[in-house]
Amino acid sequence: MNYSMIRYMLGLVSCFSAMFMTLPMLVSVIYKEKSGFSFLAVALFSLAVGILTARKKPQNRKMYAREGLVIVALSWIVLSIYGALPFALSGDIPSYVDALFETISGFTTTGASILTDVEALSNTCLFWRSFTHWIGGMGVLVFIMALMPAKDSSSMHIMRAESPGPSVSKLVPQVRNTAMILYLIYFGMTLVEITLLLIGGMPLFDAVTVAFGTAGTGGFAVKNSSIAGYSVFLQGVVAVFMVMFGVNFNVYFVLLRKKPRQAFRSVEFLTYIGIVLGSSLLIAISILPMFPNAFTAFHQAFFQVGSIMTTTGYATADFNTWPALARTILVMLMFVGACAGSTGGGIKVSRVILLLKGIKKELQMVCHPRSVKKVKVDGHVVEHEVIRSVNAFMVLYVVIFVVSLLIVSLDEKDLVTNFTAVAATLNNIGPGLEIVGPTGNFSSFSILSKFVLMFDMLAGRLELFPIMMLFVPATWKRV
Amino acid sequence: MQIIIVGGGKVGSTLAEQLSKEGNDITVIDRRYEVVQNLLNEFDVMGIVGNGSSHKVQIEAGIENADLLIAVTGSDELNLLCCLIAKKAGNCQTIARVRNPEYNEEMRFIKEELGLAMAINPELASAVEMARVLRFPTAIKIETFAKGKVEVLKFKIGKGSVLNNIQVSQIATKLKCDVLVCAVEREDDVIIPTGNTILRENDIISIVASPKHSSQFFKRINIVTNQVRNTMIAGGGEIAYYLTKQLLNMGIEVKIIEKDKARCEELSELLPKASIILGDASSQQVLMEEGLANMDSFVTLTNMDEENILLSLFARRVSNMKVITKISSIAFNDVINHLDLDTIIYPKYVTSEYIMGYVRAMKNSIGSNVENMYRLVENKVEALEFVIREKAPVLNKTLEQLDLKENLLIGCINRNGEIITPKGQDVLKLGDTVVVVTTNTGLKDISDILRD
Repeated sequence: MNYSMIRYMLGLVSCFSAMFMTLPMLVSVIYKEKSGFSFLAVALFSLAVGILTARKKPQNRKMYAREGLVIVALSWIVLSIYGALPFALSGDIPSYVDALFETISGFTTTGASILTDVEALSNTCLFWRSFTHWIGGMGVLVFIMALMPAKDSSSMHIMRAESPGPSVSKLVPQVRNTAMILYLIYFGMTLVEITLLLIGGMPLFDAVTVAFGTAGTGGFAVKNSSIAGYSVFLQGVVAVFMVMFGVNFNVYFVLLRKKPRQAFRSVEFLTYIGIVLGSSLLIAISILPMFPNAFTAFHQAFFQVGSIMTTTGYATADFNTWPALARTILVMLMFVGACAGSTGGGIKVSRVILLLKGIKKELQMVCHPRSVKKVKVDGHVVEHEVIRSVNAFMVLYVVIFVVSLLIVSLDEKDLVTNFTAVAATLNNIGPGLEIVGPTGNFSSFSILSKFVLMFDMLAGRLELFPIMMLFVPATWKRV
Repeated sequence: MQIIIVGGGKVGSTLAEQLSKEGNDITVIDRRYEVVQNLLNEFDVMGIVGNGSSHKVQIEAGIENADLLIAVTGSDELNLLCCLIAKKAGNCQTIARVRNPEYNEEMRFIKEELGLAMAINPELASAVEMARVLRFPTAIKIETFAKGKVEVLKFKIGKGSVLNNIQVSQIATKLKCDVLVCAVEREDDVIIPTGNTILRENDIISIVASPKHSSQFFKRINIVTNQVRNTMIAGGGEIAYYLTKQLLNMGIEVKIIEKDKARCEELSELLPKASIILGDASSQQVLMEEGLANMDSFVTLTNMDEENILLSLFARRVSNMKVITKISSIAFNDVINHLDLDTIIYPKYVTSEYIMGYVRAMKNSIGSNVENMYRLVENKVEALEFVIREKAPVLNKTLEQLDLKENLLIGCINRNGEIITPKGQDVLKLGDTVVVVTTNTGLKDISDILRD
């Protein structure tokens, strides 16, 4: 374990945390709000800590997969601890535990809130809440890598630990350029969305924050009614962009290289679009009686499906009141999640594809025990190692889910609430059903449950292993 | 630069490491999943599992935008096919490793017809390097710069040498010759010396000088520099064949010990002038019987690195002869450097260095301006040749005025063929080439020698 490298990277993260906070400070200047001072105080504090810890560069810069995982896990925890401080200091969210829950929910792009009245928050805090989505969506360390002149090849370990998906591939040979391209695509798409929202008549502040929430597939809105209060056009724009940010960014990169055929032929992309459209249609049919016309029904179904599947968590309707079929489909979509290499969470479409193909292969093995078969996706053989890690992921996923559910159930809430609360946090969605449904929130959970859910959010965003690594004693041994 | 490397073996991975460190975009293609995975973990490169000679795989690797494709798989035919397809699929230069001696004789034709930019034979290249060392046995390593006008020589300060306990700045005054000590290896450290550094016994030093001055220098310090008269080679592989051919041409007697009868017969057919001995080179008796003790030099070229090392150590014990050890794959450089092994040749580094030389030259046309580069100490010290171009920040300045990086030294200035050993008052002029010796690896431009 290279402790000095971990110290150095965490110091860098502290400095970047201070840098991120300059944006809400600007907002507070515009709206002349006092909460800017708490951001200033926290930024100065984290900058001081960062400079002190990162001042001495480590002699041994060698990192292995282990260091990468630990750095990513600790960075996210450190970042959340800093990020929660301004909420508590400014008094917008008096309890620090609640503030931490809100911040982790923000960075992990979950969008689960403990706030009963969002509109009571100052604009500065609202902006920060949404901005954490944007930073967390593509990844903090990926951001740092895009900016820092890193010569170490070992930074790939960090990228692999932070980017979602069963096997992370680079877009271009150098890690730094890959990180830069990813952020450029991300930034460009966010800008386009803001522009479209402005054209649709949304106020600038709302447009920026809603776009941040969409881009990171987060789901914090600035209105109590989430997105329901905006026009159908605006809702449509948000819905389409949610689905777009749930697509593997590799597809956009290939598109930029002017190879549309190759881009749209990806199995994961086609499956993803298929699931979105198919389940929207099914839900639309089941909720048809509740709405005046088929268009509205489809619009509502599409928005909710896009929101849940990409793990964003915006809502334009209270799907708590929808028929059982519609609600069940939504809960199932929670688990599927978005594409690998997107900003969304969940199990990921590509993993689901691999799991299903793996099952098919195993079934065939039962019939013909001597048969040799390789799983193929997009014409490429998927190595056994990848399948194995996907299976391991699934097992770990179920274990974490069950244990969390057990602890949360101590709160004596109904099963649907508990089940969907864990599902909504572990998959980084936000709203679940019943008490934690689109109109509800997480404030009524006990402190213990809140910590369990915070853990779930971090574990879900970082794809389980980095966070679980922290609990393995072997990780911390020097050798 | 966009470079595709086909084959992730010893040479392939060495190239991937070096080229990616110099800021190139590297994509490695290999059939083996584990190999690609390991490369991805170790270096900042992109990897593709597949057959490098397949058009589809090459497209996936981005052949259309690539500047260079280097084919270094184990098979000559595959390498040539890769290059041929790459040439048709994209507009890139190609380098192939071709080791079969039959092809080697037709190399000119193959290169021309297939449009290869370069074909490299690792065995031949290693043999050339070994022959160069045997021609000048005092040195452990010899590199030439400025088209042979400057040499960098590496040798060990022996017992009772004049250089023992001498200050570097005194060399010029005491010995009255124009050489510059540019690197000192002492135990595990490498020092780029200043005028005050004191040389000690057992230091391995590298000097920069013109050939005339270097031979003068060696005479002054009482070291005989004649080429060896005879050589014993353990193991009769391809390198042995190429080496023997060259040594015979230089008038050096060669004795090859090989344990395979068929190979012995083949060698005796190919090399009628050499004496071929059928026997096991790892047997002490065979070696002594064939007169190892009276040999001027001994080259170990068996297929086993460990055996080569042991044989060389044994030879060093028997007599104070020149010994060259070939090491193909084992790493542990730190341990190996501690052994009394004299010259060590790593075919994979020789190969990758040849290719690196070409890549750098190619890069010259697009910005970077390293003319030539050699590693003096594996992965620690590099000697680079730069051309001073217009607008270079060092142009028309005296060396005293330059704020050079630490552990960096300008070894010599070549002004229109005249070799100048640099002093503080010398000025760098347009069109000069300079040799820079440094531990800061990865310099790309002459401006990189200055402190940021």
